[in-house]
Amino acid sequence: MIDKASEIESVIRVNNLSRKFGNFTAVDNIDFQVDRGEIFGFLGPNGAGKTTTIRMLTGIIEPTSGSAIIQGHDIRKESILSREHIAVVPEQANVYLDLSVWRNLMLMAELYGVPRDRRINEGERLLDALGLMNKKDSKARELSKGLKQRLMLCAALVTDPEVLFLDEPTSGLDVQSARLIRKIVTELNDDGLTVFITTHNMIEAGDICSRVAIINKGRIAAIDTPGNLRSMVRKHHYVEAVFREQAPPLKKLEAIPDVTGVECDKEVFRLYTETPGSVATMLVILTLDLGLELEQLNTRKPSLEDVFLYYTGEGGK
Amino acid sequence: MSTHSDRIIWRRQLHGSLVILKKNVLLYYLKPPVLIFGVLFPVFFFLAFKMGRHISTGAVVPGMVAMALWFTASAIGPLVTPWERNAKTYERLISSPISLCSILAGDVLSGFAFGCAISVIPVILGLLLTNAEIANVPLLIGVILAGALSFSSLGVLLSAPPAASPSNIMLLSNLVRLPLLFVSGIFVPISQMPAWAGWIAPLSPLSYASALIRTSYGSVPYFPVWLCFLMLFIFTAVLFAASCRFHRMYRAKGL
Repeated sequence: MIDKASEIESVIRVNNLSRKFGNFTAVDNIDFQVDRGEIFGFLGPNGAGKTTTIRMLTGIIEPTSGSAIIQGHDIRKESILSREHIAVVPEQANVYLDLSVWRNLMLMAELYGVPRDRRINEGERLLDALGLMNKKDSKARELSKGLKQRLMLCAALVTDPEVLFLDEPTSGLDVQSARLIRKIVTELNDDGLTVFITTHNMIEAGDICSRVAIINKGRIAAIDTPGNLRSMVRKHHYVEAVFREQAPPLKKLEAIPDVTGVECDKEVFRLYTETPGSVATMLVILTLDLGLELEQLNTRKPSLEDVFLYYTGEGGK
Repeated sequence: MSTHSDRIIWRRQLHGSLVILKKNVLLYYLKPPVLIFGVLFPVFFFLAFKMGRHISTGAVVPGMVAMALWFTASAIGPLVTPWERNAKTYERLISSPISLCSILAGDVLSGFAFGCAISVIPVILGLLLTNAEIANVPLLIGVILAGALSFSSLGVLLSAPPAASPSNIMLLSNLVRLPLLFVSGIFVPISQMPAWAGWIAPLSPLSYASALIRTSYGSVPYFPVWLCFLMLFIFTAVLFAASCRFHRMYRAKGL
């Protein structure tokens, strides 16, 4: 057991972790750490290595090389001990369809050795919190996709994990289920639960994640807070303008110093630049010189989606 | 000498195996493949062997008990892992803090319990409806327990290869179980089988269980009793160790 004080705050510490399938390298020497109490987002396009990483960290598959430590336990040398601290909600709700909601929940709790009284109390509390109490005795096969995913979250939480792994937890769910799962996860995080989440939903990642890592082709392309990542992609900053009645000619807009590109979507003009403040000033001057009038003027940072596309090679990196 | 934490870990793993047993009882004992290959198969084989032949019904009871034990104890293993892989629930199990060997031990216990329970039926029917008499009850109980453990381990081993569908593994399991049935002294005692079959018989765990069951019903033992038990325990150990190895090898395949 690794028991260094410096590593206590790092709930997950990944060093040079790799996984190959034959000649294909799914995860290629990745390094990162997740601190206690964080919601850590793991973003990447399909096939980037997100699920493979989660599967390695949760003991489903073994790494080809490298190491990962969860709550002080090496996932290879102390696999069982490392798994005692975690719970997993996979992308596809894999409940036992022929068992009732309650049986599914209790089975998972028993597997993790949760004492009888606690698993019953916690089970009932979680079913209530996730709106499943009225389905307690229903077979899991009778549940909708959203309700199955809620049951998966219940089954994970009833084991009282310190780290919760969520693999695309809201993918394809109805709005209510997705919102409820996000709400519960955020509340649990407020109470100290560390969350490792993969998602395609950039708004979700931007809203709930303390930090995000972007993985592309098996390698980590960037790690930081969503705000810092947005600031870093400077060429995707832009000035957004709407003109009253008439807009300046496109060539005049493109000629403003430091403007790297102009897009026009109906009446909204976007002037891309690394210096949005000075471009906004120049735009005001240009508008006045031409005797025109501005209706709206905003400087914008790129969205997390822009950042994602930038780092995954589809945004002009 | 084991430390306190080692004992806690062992207790947790044993508890995990029992939870797996409970899950399997709830989910798989009444699944159609188990009922068809575990319960109906021995009945049909019995009828095929008995009908139209001048053999007293009592004489076929030991074979029937051995066949029931063979098919039922080895029926659960080939179903559980392929079914769970297919339903994606396998990932939940192997990401829990229960070792793969403890999960497999739970599967072995499931087959063991199923085999023991169902094998009692032909024993009771034989006593009630035929002239078969049990000469040595403790021996019969012992062989049912030892045989069920061994056959169940074989079933778990057969479930190791990843398959697109659980039925593929059931097919594979029958490819192994059926030939062994004919060389293990079920229908004809090993002493009366052709020489070549007598050479193959010791390679099958069913031969030792079958010989012991016949002995418990008063026949002259073909193998010494101690050797039969020793071989059944060796088969159990080897088959379980091989199960752990091959399941670990194929764990991530097809997930």
